[in-house]
Amino acid sequence: MDSLIAIWESVPEALRIVIVILLKIIAILLPVIIAVAYTTFAERKIIGYMQVRCGPNRVGPKGWLQPIADTLKLMFKEIIVPTKSSKAVFFIAPMLALAPALAVWSVIPFWEGGVLSDINAGLLFVLAITSLDVFGIILAGWASNSKYAILSSMRVGAQVVAYEIAMGFALVGVLMLAGSLNLTEIVNAQAGGIQNWFMWPLFGLLVVYFISGVAETNRAPFDVAEGESEIVAGFHVEYSGMAFALFFLAEYASMLLISILTVLLFLGGWLSPFGGMEGLLSIPVLGTILGDGIHWLFLKAFFFLVLYLWFRATFPRYRYDQIMRLGWKILIPVTLVWIFGIGIYKGLQIEGIL
Amino acid sequence: MIASIKHFIKTFTLFELLQGLSITGKYFFKRKITIQYPEQKTPMSPRFRGHHALRRYPNGEERCIACKLCEAACPALAITIDSEERADGTRRTTKYDIDMFKCIYCGFCEEACPVDAIVETHVFEYHFEERGDHVRTKEVLLAFGDKHEAEIAKSRAADAPYR
Repeated sequence: MDSLIAIWESVPEALRIVIVILLKIIAILLPVIIAVAYTTFAERKIIGYMQVRCGPNRVGPKGWLQPIADTLKLMFKEIIVPTKSSKAVFFIAPMLALAPALAVWSVIPFWEGGVLSDINAGLLFVLAITSLDVFGIILAGWASNSKYAILSSMRVGAQVVAYEIAMGFALVGVLMLAGSLNLTEIVNAQAGGIQNWFMWPLFGLLVVYFISGVAETNRAPFDVAEGESEIVAGFHVEYSGMAFALFFLAEYASMLLISILTVLLFLGGWLSPFGGMEGLLSIPVLGTILGDGIHWLFLKAFFFLVLYLWFRATFPRYRYDQIMRLGWKILIPVTLVWIFGIGIYKGLQIEGIL
Repeated sequence: MIASIKHFIKTFTLFELLQGLSITGKYFFKRKITIQYPEQKTPMSPRFRGHHALRRYPNGEERCIACKLCEAACPALAITIDSEERADGTRRTTKYDIDMFKCIYCGFCEEACPVDAIVETHVFEYHFEERGDHVRTKEVLLAFGDKHEAEIAKSRAADAPYR
Protein backbone atom coordinates (compact mmCIF):
# COMPACT_ATOMS: atom_id res chain seq x y z
CA MET A 1 0.00 0.00 0.00
CA ASP A 2 2.76 2.41 1.01
CA SER A 3 4.70 1.63 -2.14
CA LEU A 4 1.58 2.32 -4.22
CA ILE A 5 1.21 5.71 -2.57
CA ALA A 6 4.89 6.36 -3.21
CA ILE A 7 4.47 5.54 -6.90
CA TRP A 8 1.40 7.76 -7.01
CA GLU A 9 3.29 10.63 -5.45
CA SER A 10 6.21 10.27 -7.84
CA VAL A 11 3.81 11.00 -10.72
CA PRO A 12 3.93 14.70 -11.70
CA GLU A 13 1.12 16.85 -10.35
CA ALA A 14 -0.39 17.71 -13.75
CA LEU A 15 -0.42 14.08 -14.86
CA ARG A 16 -2.07 13.08 -11.59
CA ILE A 17 -4.96 15.45 -12.23
CA VAL A 18 -5.38 14.06 -15.74
CA ILE A 19 -5.40 10.49 -14.45
CA VAL A 20 -8.01 11.31 -11.80
CA ILE A 21 -10.21 13.02 -14.39
CA LEU A 22 -9.87 10.09 -16.80
CA LEU A 23 -10.86 7.68 -14.04
CA LYS A 24 -13.88 9.85 -13.26
CA ILE A 25 -14.86 9.87 -16.94
CA ILE A 26 -14.67 6.08 -17.01
CA ALA A 27 -16.69 5.91 -13.80
CA ILE A 28 -19.44 7.96 -15.48
CA LEU A 29 -19.36 6.59 -19.03
CA LEU A 30 -19.13 2.89 -18.22
CA PRO A 31 -22.40 2.89 -16.24
CA VAL A 32 -23.97 5.03 -18.97
CA ILE A 33 -23.03 2.53 -21.66
CA ILE A 34 -24.21 -0.41 -19.57
CA ALA A 35 -27.43 1.48 -18.86
CA VAL A 36 -27.84 2.04 -22.60
CA ALA A 37 -27.43 -1.68 -23.25
CA TYR A 38 -30.05 -2.54 -20.69
CA THR A 39 -32.36 0.24 -21.86
CA THR A 40 -32.60 -1.57 -25.19
CA PHE A 41 -33.49 -4.70 -23.27
CA ALA A 42 -36.03 -2.85 -21.15
CA GLU A 43 -37.48 -1.34 -24.30
CA ARG A 44 -38.02 -4.69 -25.96
CA LYS A 45 -39.39 -6.23 -22.78
CA ILE A 46 -41.76 -3.38 -21.91
CA ILE A 47 -43.08 -2.94 -25.43
CA GLY A 48 -43.44 -6.70 -25.64
CA TYR A 49 -45.43 -6.81 -22.43
CA MET A 50 -47.67 -4.00 -23.64
CA GLN A 51 -48.36 -5.99 -26.80
CA VAL A 52 -49.14 -9.08 -24.67
CA ARG A 53 -45.94 -10.81 -25.75
CA CYS A 54 -43.05 -11.98 -23.59
CA GLY A 55 -40.23 -10.08 -25.25
CA PRO A 56 -36.74 -11.53 -25.57
CA ASN A 57 -36.33 -14.42 -23.14
CA ARG A 58 -33.95 -16.86 -24.81
CA VAL A 59 -30.42 -15.56 -24.13
CA GLY A 60 -29.49 -16.20 -20.53
CA PRO A 61 -31.97 -16.41 -17.65
CA LYS A 62 -35.15 -14.55 -18.67
CA GLY A 63 -33.21 -12.97 -21.55
CA TRP A 64 -30.89 -10.93 -19.34
CA LEU A 65 -27.86 -11.56 -21.58
CA GLN A 66 -29.68 -10.34 -24.69
CA PRO A 67 -28.00 -6.88 -24.80
CA ILE A 68 -24.57 -8.51 -24.53
CA ALA A 69 -25.40 -10.86 -27.39
CA ASP A 70 -26.62 -7.88 -29.43
CA THR A 71 -23.43 -5.94 -28.75
CA LEU A 72 -21.25 -8.87 -29.76
CA LYS A 73 -23.26 -9.33 -32.93
CA LEU A 74 -22.89 -5.66 -33.85
CA MET A 75 -19.16 -5.72 -33.16
CA PHE A 76 -18.51 -8.59 -35.53
CA LYS A 77 -20.70 -7.35 -38.33
CA GLU A 78 -19.11 -5.95 -41.44
CA ILE A 79 -19.28 -2.18 -41.94
CA ILE A 80 -20.46 -1.71 -45.50
CA VAL A 81 -19.57 1.60 -47.11
CA PRO A 82 -21.70 2.67 -50.07
CA THR A 83 -19.55 3.15 -53.19
CA LYS A 84 -20.65 6.70 -53.90
CA SER A 85 -20.64 7.93 -50.32
CA SER A 86 -18.13 10.48 -49.09
CA LYS A 87 -16.02 8.13 -47.06
CA ALA A 88 -14.50 10.51 -44.53
CA VAL A 89 -17.80 12.15 -43.58
CA PHE A 90 -19.45 8.76 -43.56
CA PHE A 91 -17.17 7.66 -40.74
CA ILE A 92 -17.00 10.99 -38.92
CA ALA A 93 -20.80 11.27 -38.70
CA PRO A 94 -21.45 8.50 -36.15
CA MET A 95 -18.62 9.80 -33.96
CA LEU A 96 -20.03 13.29 -34.26
CA ALA A 97 -23.38 11.96 -33.11
CA LEU A 98 -21.95 10.03 -30.19
CA ALA A 99 -19.39 12.52 -28.85
CA PRO A 100 -21.87 15.26 -27.79
CA ALA A 101 -24.26 12.66 -26.37
CA LEU A 102 -21.47 11.46 -24.07
CA ALA A 103 -19.86 14.86 -23.46
CA VAL A 104 -23.00 16.24 -21.82
CA TRP A 105 -22.64 13.78 -18.97
CA SER A 106 -19.65 15.77 -17.71
CA VAL A 107 -21.88 18.46 -16.16
CA ILE A 108 -24.66 16.22 -14.85
CA PRO A 109 -24.59 16.10 -11.04
CA PHE A 110 -25.58 12.70 -9.63
CA TRP A 111 -25.56 13.75 -6.01
CA GLU A 112 -24.49 16.82 -4.05
CA GLY A 113 -21.01 17.46 -5.49
CA GLY A 114 -21.08 14.25 -7.54
CA VAL A 115 -20.25 15.90 -10.83
CA LEU A 116 -17.25 15.73 -13.15
CA SER A 117 -17.05 19.47 -13.85
CA ASP A 118 -19.19 21.82 -11.82
CA ILE A 119 -19.25 24.70 -14.31
CA ASN A 120 -21.46 27.65 -13.46
CA ALA A 121 -23.32 27.69 -16.79
CA GLY A 122 -24.07 23.97 -16.76
CA LEU A 123 -27.51 24.25 -18.26
CA LEU A 124 -26.24 26.40 -21.12
CA PHE A 125 -23.51 23.84 -21.76
CA VAL A 126 -26.11 21.07 -21.88
CA LEU A 127 -28.25 23.00 -24.37
CA ALA A 128 -25.25 23.86 -26.54
CA ILE A 129 -23.84 20.36 -26.65
CA THR A 130 -27.12 18.49 -27.12
CA SER A 131 -27.91 20.64 -30.14
CA LEU A 132 -24.62 19.48 -31.70
CA ASP A 133 -26.08 15.97 -31.76
CA VAL A 134 -28.02 16.80 -34.87
CA PHE A 135 -24.90 17.47 -36.94
CA GLY A 136 -23.96 13.81 -36.76
CA ILE A 137 -27.37 12.85 -38.05
CA ILE A 138 -27.45 15.43 -40.83
CA LEU A 139 -23.95 14.53 -41.99
CA ALA A 140 -24.77 10.82 -41.85
CA GLY A 141 -27.77 11.40 -44.08
CA TRP A 142 -25.76 13.47 -46.50
CA ALA A 143 -22.70 11.23 -46.60
CA SER A 144 -24.65 8.02 -47.26
CA ASN A 145 -25.68 9.29 -50.70
CA SER A 146 -29.09 7.71 -50.30
CA LYS A 147 -32.49 9.27 -50.90
CA TYR A 148 -33.96 7.87 -47.72
CA ALA A 149 -31.07 9.10 -45.65
CA ILE A 150 -31.10 12.63 -47.04
CA LEU A 151 -34.89 12.86 -46.59
CA SER A 152 -34.45 11.79 -43.01
CA SER A 153 -31.70 14.29 -42.26
CA MET A 154 -33.80 17.10 -43.73
CA ARG A 155 -36.64 16.12 -41.46
CA VAL A 156 -34.35 15.95 -38.44
CA GLY A 157 -32.93 19.37 -39.19
CA ALA A 158 -36.31 21.07 -39.28
CA GLN A 159 -37.67 19.12 -36.34
CA VAL A 160 -34.72 19.78 -34.07
CA VAL A 161 -34.74 23.49 -34.84
CA ALA A 162 -38.44 23.70 -33.99
CA TYR A 163 -38.21 21.77 -30.75
CA GLU A 164 -34.93 23.23 -29.55
CA ILE A 165 -36.74 26.56 -29.14
CA ALA A 166 -39.59 25.10 -27.11
CA MET A 167 -37.03 23.20 -25.03
CA GLY A 168 -34.97 26.32 -24.42
CA PHE A 169 -38.02 28.32 -23.41
CA ALA A 170 -39.12 25.58 -21.04
CA LEU A 171 -35.72 25.80 -19.38
CA VAL A 172 -35.99 29.58 -19.10
CA GLY A 173 -38.83 29.01 -16.63
CA VAL A 174 -36.54 26.84 -14.52
CA LEU A 175 -33.80 29.47 -14.65
CA MET A 176 -36.19 32.18 -13.51
CA LEU A 177 -37.29 30.18 -10.49
CA ALA A 178 -33.85 28.82 -9.58
CA GLY A 179 -31.93 31.97 -10.35
CA SER A 180 -28.93 29.97 -11.53
CA LEU A 181 -27.58 28.09 -14.54
CA ASN A 182 -25.60 25.68 -12.40
CA LEU A 183 -27.35 22.31 -12.27
CA THR A 184 -26.40 21.62 -8.65
CA GLU A 185 -27.79 24.97 -7.58
CA ILE A 186 -30.96 24.38 -9.58
CA VAL A 187 -31.50 21.13 -7.70
CA ASN A 188 -30.70 22.74 -4.35
CA ALA A 189 -33.24 25.49 -5.09
CA GLN A 190 -35.88 22.73 -4.97
CA ALA A 191 -34.85 21.48 -1.52
CA GLY A 192 -37.38 20.98 1.25
CA GLY A 193 -39.71 18.19 0.20
CA ILE A 194 -41.91 17.30 -2.72
CA GLN A 195 -43.97 20.52 -2.50
CA ASN A 196 -40.91 22.61 -3.36
CA TRP A 197 -40.08 20.81 -6.59
CA PHE A 198 -40.37 22.93 -9.72
CA MET A 199 -42.83 20.48 -11.27
CA TRP A 200 -45.74 22.18 -9.44
CA PRO A 201 -45.28 25.82 -10.52
CA LEU A 202 -43.83 24.71 -13.87
CA PHE A 203 -46.05 21.75 -14.67
CA GLY A 204 -46.84 22.99 -18.17
CA LEU A 205 -43.16 23.56 -18.85
CA LEU A 206 -42.36 20.06 -17.58
CA VAL A 207 -44.80 18.59 -20.10
CA VAL A 208 -43.46 20.81 -22.88
CA TYR A 209 -39.89 20.00 -21.95
CA PHE A 210 -40.45 16.28 -21.96
CA ILE A 211 -42.40 16.35 -25.22
CA SER A 212 -39.67 18.36 -26.93
CA GLY A 213 -37.10 16.07 -25.33
CA VAL A 214 -38.81 13.11 -26.99
CA ALA A 215 -38.83 15.01 -30.28
CA GLU A 216 -35.21 16.02 -29.82
CA THR A 217 -34.07 12.43 -29.43
CA ASN A 218 -36.15 11.39 -32.47
CA ARG A 219 -38.13 8.85 -30.52
CA ALA A 220 -41.69 7.71 -31.18
CA PRO A 221 -44.13 9.39 -31.74
CA PHE A 222 -41.74 11.95 -33.27
CA ASP A 223 -39.57 9.40 -35.05
CA VAL A 224 -40.09 10.69 -38.59
CA ALA A 225 -36.31 10.65 -38.87
CA GLU A 226 -36.27 6.88 -38.63
CA GLY A 227 -39.82 6.20 -39.78
CA GLU A 228 -39.42 2.49 -40.49
CA SER A 229 -42.60 2.37 -42.54
CA GLU A 230 -41.75 5.35 -44.75
CA ILE A 231 -38.01 5.77 -45.16
CA VAL A 232 -36.72 2.39 -43.93
CA ALA A 233 -34.38 3.52 -41.16
CA GLY A 234 -33.76 7.12 -42.14
CA PHE A 235 -30.30 8.53 -41.65
CA HIS A 236 -28.73 5.21 -40.71
CA VAL A 237 -30.03 3.03 -43.57
CA GLU A 238 -26.54 2.66 -44.99
CA TYR A 239 -24.84 2.03 -41.67
CA SER A 240 -24.10 -1.40 -40.27
CA GLY A 241 -22.03 -2.98 -37.55
CA MET A 242 -20.18 -0.73 -35.14
CA ALA A 243 -20.96 2.47 -37.08
CA PHE A 244 -24.66 1.76 -36.61
CA ALA A 245 -24.03 0.85 -32.99
CA LEU A 246 -22.59 4.31 -32.37
CA PHE A 247 -25.81 5.96 -33.60
CA PHE A 248 -27.76 3.57 -31.46
CA LEU A 249 -25.62 4.37 -28.44
CA ALA A 250 -25.98 8.12 -29.08
CA GLU A 251 -29.76 7.89 -29.33
CA TYR A 252 -30.16 5.92 -26.13
CA ALA A 253 -27.59 8.00 -24.25
CA SER A 254 -29.61 11.10 -25.20
CA MET A 255 -32.76 9.36 -23.98
CA LEU A 256 -31.13 8.68 -20.62
CA LEU A 257 -29.85 12.24 -20.56
CA ILE A 258 -33.25 13.80 -21.20
CA SER A 259 -34.77 11.60 -18.49
CA ILE A 260 -32.11 12.61 -15.96
CA LEU A 261 -32.27 16.27 -16.96
CA THR A 262 -36.05 16.33 -16.55
CA VAL A 263 -35.58 14.96 -13.07
CA LEU A 264 -32.81 17.43 -12.19
CA LEU A 265 -34.71 20.45 -13.46
CA PHE A 266 -38.28 19.70 -12.44
CA LEU A 267 -38.34 16.86 -9.94
CA GLY A 268 -35.59 17.82 -7.53
CA GLY A 269 -32.87 15.48 -8.82
CA TRP A 270 -31.39 13.44 -5.99
CA LEU A 271 -33.59 15.15 -3.38
CA SER A 272 -35.95 12.94 -1.47
CA PRO A 273 -39.68 13.74 -1.63
CA PHE A 274 -39.71 13.52 2.18
CA GLY A 275 -37.21 16.40 2.40
CA GLY A 276 -38.91 18.47 5.07
CA MET A 277 -39.84 15.68 7.49
CA GLU A 278 -37.04 15.62 10.06
CA GLY A 279 -38.76 13.01 12.23
CA LEU A 280 -38.93 10.46 9.42
CA LEU A 281 -35.37 11.06 8.27
CA SER A 282 -33.87 10.57 11.73
CA ILE A 283 -34.96 6.88 11.81
CA PRO A 284 -31.66 4.92 11.54
CA VAL A 285 -31.83 2.74 8.37
CA LEU A 286 -35.11 3.92 6.88
CA GLY A 287 -33.95 7.51 7.15
CA THR A 288 -30.94 6.86 4.92
CA ILE A 289 -33.07 5.12 2.32
CA LEU A 290 -35.75 7.80 2.37
CA GLY A 291 -33.20 10.62 2.59
CA ASP A 292 -31.56 12.40 -0.34
CA GLY A 293 -29.36 10.26 -2.53
CA ILE A 294 -28.50 9.04 -5.99
CA HIS A 295 -31.16 6.31 -5.73
CA TRP A 296 -33.91 8.94 -5.89
CA LEU A 297 -32.36 10.38 -9.05
CA PHE A 298 -32.30 6.96 -10.68
CA LEU A 299 -35.79 6.09 -9.53
CA LYS A 300 -37.28 9.27 -10.96
CA ALA A 301 -35.21 9.05 -14.14
CA PHE A 302 -36.34 5.44 -14.58
CA PHE A 303 -39.95 6.63 -14.55
CA PHE A 304 -39.27 9.01 -17.44
CA LEU A 305 -37.33 6.35 -19.30
CA VAL A 306 -40.30 4.01 -19.01
CA LEU A 307 -42.48 6.86 -20.22
CA TYR A 308 -40.34 7.01 -23.37
CA LEU A 309 -40.93 3.31 -24.02
CA TRP A 310 -44.57 3.60 -23.05
CA PHE A 311 -45.00 6.36 -25.64
CA ARG A 312 -43.42 4.16 -28.26
CA ALA A 313 -45.79 1.32 -27.47
CA THR A 314 -48.83 3.58 -27.52
CA PHE A 315 -48.72 6.39 -30.05
CA PRO A 316 -48.69 6.25 -33.83
CA ARG A 317 -46.11 8.40 -35.59
CA TYR A 318 -46.93 12.06 -36.15
CA ARG A 319 -47.16 13.27 -39.68
CA TYR A 320 -44.35 15.68 -40.57
CA ASP A 321 -46.58 18.78 -40.82
CA GLN A 322 -48.29 17.83 -37.56
CA ILE A 323 -44.92 17.80 -35.84
CA MET A 324 -44.15 21.25 -37.18
CA ARG A 325 -47.57 22.52 -36.14
CA LEU A 326 -47.21 21.13 -32.62
CA GLY A 327 -43.74 22.57 -32.23
CA TRP A 328 -44.26 26.06 -33.61
CA LYS A 329 -47.91 26.76 -32.96
CA ILE A 330 -48.57 25.01 -29.66
CA LEU A 331 -45.48 24.29 -27.59
CA ILE A 332 -43.72 27.63 -28.15
CA PRO A 333 -46.81 29.80 -27.37
CA VAL A 334 -47.56 27.68 -24.30
CA THR A 335 -44.06 28.15 -22.95
CA LEU A 336 -44.18 31.88 -23.70
CA VAL A 337 -47.42 32.31 -21.78
CA TRP A 338 -46.10 30.28 -18.89
CA ILE A 339 -42.85 32.26 -18.74
CA PHE A 340 -44.91 35.45 -18.80
CA GLY A 341 -46.83 34.20 -15.78
CA ILE A 342 -43.66 33.34 -13.92
CA GLY A 343 -42.24 36.74 -14.86
CA ILE A 344 -45.22 38.44 -13.24
CA TYR A 345 -44.87 36.23 -10.17
CA LYS A 346 -41.16 37.01 -9.88
CA GLY A 347 -41.78 40.71 -10.43
CA LEU A 348 -44.38 40.81 -7.66
CA GLN A 349 -41.94 38.96 -5.42
CA ILE A 350 -39.23 41.54 -6.06
CA GLU A 351 -41.69 44.36 -5.43
CA GLY A 352 -42.48 42.77 -2.11
CA ILE A 353 -46.19 42.25 -2.84
CA LEU A 354 -45.97 38.42 -2.71
CA MET B 1 -68.76 27.53 -28.71
CA ILE B 2 -69.15 24.98 -25.91
CA ALA B 3 -67.80 22.32 -28.26
CA SER B 4 -64.71 24.34 -29.06
CA ILE B 5 -64.04 25.03 -25.37
CA LYS B 6 -64.46 21.32 -24.68
CA HIS B 7 -62.05 20.55 -27.49
CA PHE B 8 -59.59 23.10 -26.14
CA ILE B 9 -59.66 21.62 -22.65
CA LYS B 10 -59.42 18.09 -24.00
CA THR B 11 -56.38 19.02 -26.08
CA PHE B 12 -54.50 20.79 -23.35
CA THR B 13 -55.10 18.18 -20.66
CA LEU B 14 -53.78 15.59 -23.15
CA PHE B 15 -56.96 13.66 -22.39
CA GLU B 16 -56.88 11.34 -25.37
CA LEU B 17 -53.16 10.69 -25.07
CA LEU B 18 -53.60 9.68 -21.43
CA GLN B 19 -56.47 7.43 -22.48
CA GLY B 20 -54.17 5.71 -24.95
CA LEU B 21 -51.45 5.37 -22.36
CA SER B 22 -53.86 3.82 -19.89
CA ILE B 23 -54.85 1.17 -22.42
CA THR B 24 -51.27 0.09 -23.09
CA GLY B 25 -50.67 0.35 -19.35
CA LYS B 26 -53.47 -2.09 -18.73
CA TYR B 27 -52.16 -4.51 -21.33
CA PHE B 28 -48.73 -4.39 -19.67
CA PHE B 29 -50.15 -6.32 -16.72
CA LYS B 30 -52.24 -8.77 -18.75
CA ARG B 31 -51.29 -12.44 -18.64
CA LYS B 32 -48.97 -13.31 -21.51
CA ILE B 33 -50.31 -16.17 -23.60
CA THR B 34 -47.25 -16.81 -25.76
CA ILE B 35 -46.44 -20.50 -26.16
CA GLN B 36 -42.72 -21.06 -25.50
CA TYR B 37 -42.51 -23.28 -28.54
CA PRO B 38 -39.76 -25.86 -28.24
CA GLU B 39 -40.61 -26.44 -24.56
CA GLN B 40 -44.38 -26.01 -24.80
CA LYS B 41 -46.55 -27.19 -27.64
CA THR B 42 -50.09 -26.47 -28.63
CA PRO B 43 -52.56 -29.38 -28.57
CA MET B 44 -52.88 -31.14 -31.90
CA SER B 45 -55.92 -32.58 -33.64
CA PRO B 46 -55.85 -36.30 -34.51
CA ARG B 47 -56.50 -35.14 -38.07
CA PHE B 48 -53.28 -33.14 -38.22
CA ARG B 49 -51.52 -33.61 -41.57
CA GLY B 50 -47.75 -33.71 -41.29
CA HIS B 51 -44.99 -35.89 -42.72
CA HIS B 52 -46.19 -38.93 -44.67
CA ALA B 53 -45.70 -42.54 -43.72
CA LEU B 54 -46.47 -45.94 -45.27
CA ARG B 55 -48.02 -48.43 -42.89
CA ARG B 56 -47.69 -52.21 -42.57
CA TYR B 57 -50.07 -54.94 -41.44
CA PRO B 58 -49.34 -56.45 -38.03
CA ASN B 59 -47.72 -59.45 -39.78
CA GLY B 60 -45.13 -57.16 -41.34
CA GLU B 61 -46.55 -57.15 -44.89
CA GLU B 62 -46.79 -53.68 -46.38
CA ARG B 63 -50.34 -52.46 -46.88
CA CYS B 64 -49.87 -50.66 -50.16
CA ILE B 65 -51.25 -52.58 -53.12
CA ALA B 66 -50.09 -50.12 -55.80
CA CYS B 67 -53.62 -49.20 -56.84
CA LYS B 68 -52.29 -45.71 -57.64
CA LEU B 69 -55.44 -43.99 -56.35
CA CYS B 70 -53.29 -41.63 -54.30
CA GLU B 71 -51.21 -40.81 -57.34
CA ALA B 72 -54.40 -39.99 -59.22
CA ALA B 73 -55.88 -38.00 -56.34
CA CYS B 74 -52.78 -35.94 -55.66
CA PRO B 75 -53.52 -32.39 -56.85
CA ALA B 76 -49.84 -31.41 -56.75
CA LEU B 77 -48.62 -34.49 -58.67
CA ALA B 78 -46.20 -35.18 -55.84
CA ILE B 79 -46.58 -38.98 -55.82
CA THR B 80 -44.88 -41.33 -58.31
CA ILE B 81 -45.59 -45.06 -58.17
CA ASP B 82 -44.20 -48.07 -60.10
CA SER B 83 -45.55 -51.56 -59.48
CA GLU B 84 -44.76 -55.24 -60.18
CA GLU B 85 -46.40 -58.61 -59.70
CA ARG B 86 -44.74 -60.62 -57.02
CA ALA B 87 -44.16 -64.36 -57.09
CA ASP B 88 -47.19 -64.94 -54.83
CA GLY B 89 -49.44 -63.17 -57.34
CA THR B 90 -49.94 -59.98 -55.35
CA ARG B 91 -49.35 -56.54 -56.81
CA ARG B 92 -46.83 -54.38 -54.89
CA THR B 93 -44.97 -51.15 -55.46
CA THR B 94 -41.35 -51.09 -56.55
CA LYS B 95 -41.21 -47.34 -56.26
CA TYR B 96 -43.25 -45.01 -54.07
CA ASP B 97 -41.84 -41.47 -54.13
CA ILE B 98 -43.38 -38.39 -52.56
CA ASP B 99 -41.80 -35.09 -53.50
CA MET B 100 -42.18 -33.12 -50.27
CA PHE B 101 -41.53 -29.84 -52.08
CA LYS B 102 -44.55 -30.41 -54.31
CA CYS B 103 -46.77 -31.82 -51.58
CA ILE B 104 -49.37 -29.40 -50.24
CA TYR B 105 -50.39 -31.63 -47.31
CA CYS B 106 -54.04 -31.75 -48.43
CA GLY B 107 -54.52 -35.31 -47.21
CA PHE B 108 -56.25 -36.50 -50.39
CA CYS B 109 -53.82 -39.44 -50.71
CA GLU B 110 -54.85 -40.62 -47.28
CA GLU B 111 -58.53 -40.29 -48.14
CA ALA B 112 -58.11 -42.07 -51.45
CA CYS B 113 -56.23 -45.04 -50.01
CA PRO B 114 -58.49 -48.13 -49.81
CA VAL B 115 -56.14 -49.98 -47.44
CA ASP B 116 -55.01 -47.12 -45.16
CA ALA B 117 -51.44 -47.55 -46.37
CA ILE B 118 -50.39 -43.95 -46.96
CA VAL B 119 -51.08 -41.72 -43.96
CA GLU B 120 -50.05 -38.32 -42.74
CA THR B 121 -48.53 -38.32 -39.26
CA HIS B 122 -48.28 -35.73 -36.53
CA VAL B 123 -44.62 -35.09 -37.32
CA PHE B 124 -44.15 -31.58 -38.66
CA GLU B 125 -40.65 -30.84 -37.36
CA TYR B 126 -38.41 -32.41 -39.98
CA HIS B 127 -35.72 -31.25 -42.33
CA PHE B 128 -33.70 -32.43 -45.30
CA GLU B 129 -29.95 -32.53 -45.02
CA GLU B 130 -28.98 -33.20 -48.61
CA ARG B 131 -30.25 -32.22 -52.00
CA GLY B 132 -32.66 -34.88 -53.19
CA ASP B 133 -33.73 -35.78 -49.67
CA HIS B 134 -37.00 -34.04 -50.28
CA VAL B 135 -38.10 -36.94 -52.49
CA ARG B 136 -39.15 -39.42 -49.84
CA THR B 137 -38.66 -42.95 -51.16
CA LYS B 138 -40.61 -46.07 -50.27
CA GLU B 139 -37.94 -47.23 -47.80
CA VAL B 140 -37.92 -43.93 -45.95
CA LEU B 141 -41.70 -43.79 -45.78
CA LEU B 142 -41.98 -47.38 -44.55
CA ALA B 143 -39.32 -46.78 -41.92
CA PHE B 144 -41.14 -43.65 -40.86
CA GLY B 145 -44.36 -45.66 -40.56
CA ASP B 146 -42.64 -48.32 -38.46
CA LYS B 147 -41.22 -45.71 -36.16
CA HIS B 148 -44.48 -43.86 -35.54
CA GLU B 149 -46.94 -46.78 -35.87
CA ALA B 150 -48.20 -46.50 -32.30
CA GLU B 151 -49.02 -42.82 -32.66
CA ILE B 152 -50.55 -43.29 -36.12
CA ALA B 153 -52.80 -46.09 -34.85
CA LYS B 154 -53.85 -43.97 -31.88
CA SER B 155 -54.87 -40.95 -33.93
CA ARG B 156 -56.68 -43.15 -36.49
CA ALA B 157 -58.61 -44.79 -33.66
CA ALA B 158 -59.45 -41.37 -32.16
CA ASP B 159 -60.82 -40.18 -35.48
CA ALA B 160 -62.54 -43.44 -36.48
CA PRO B 161 -66.06 -42.57 -35.11
CA TYR B 162 -66.26 -39.55 -37.41
CA ARG B 163 -65.24 -41.21 -40.64
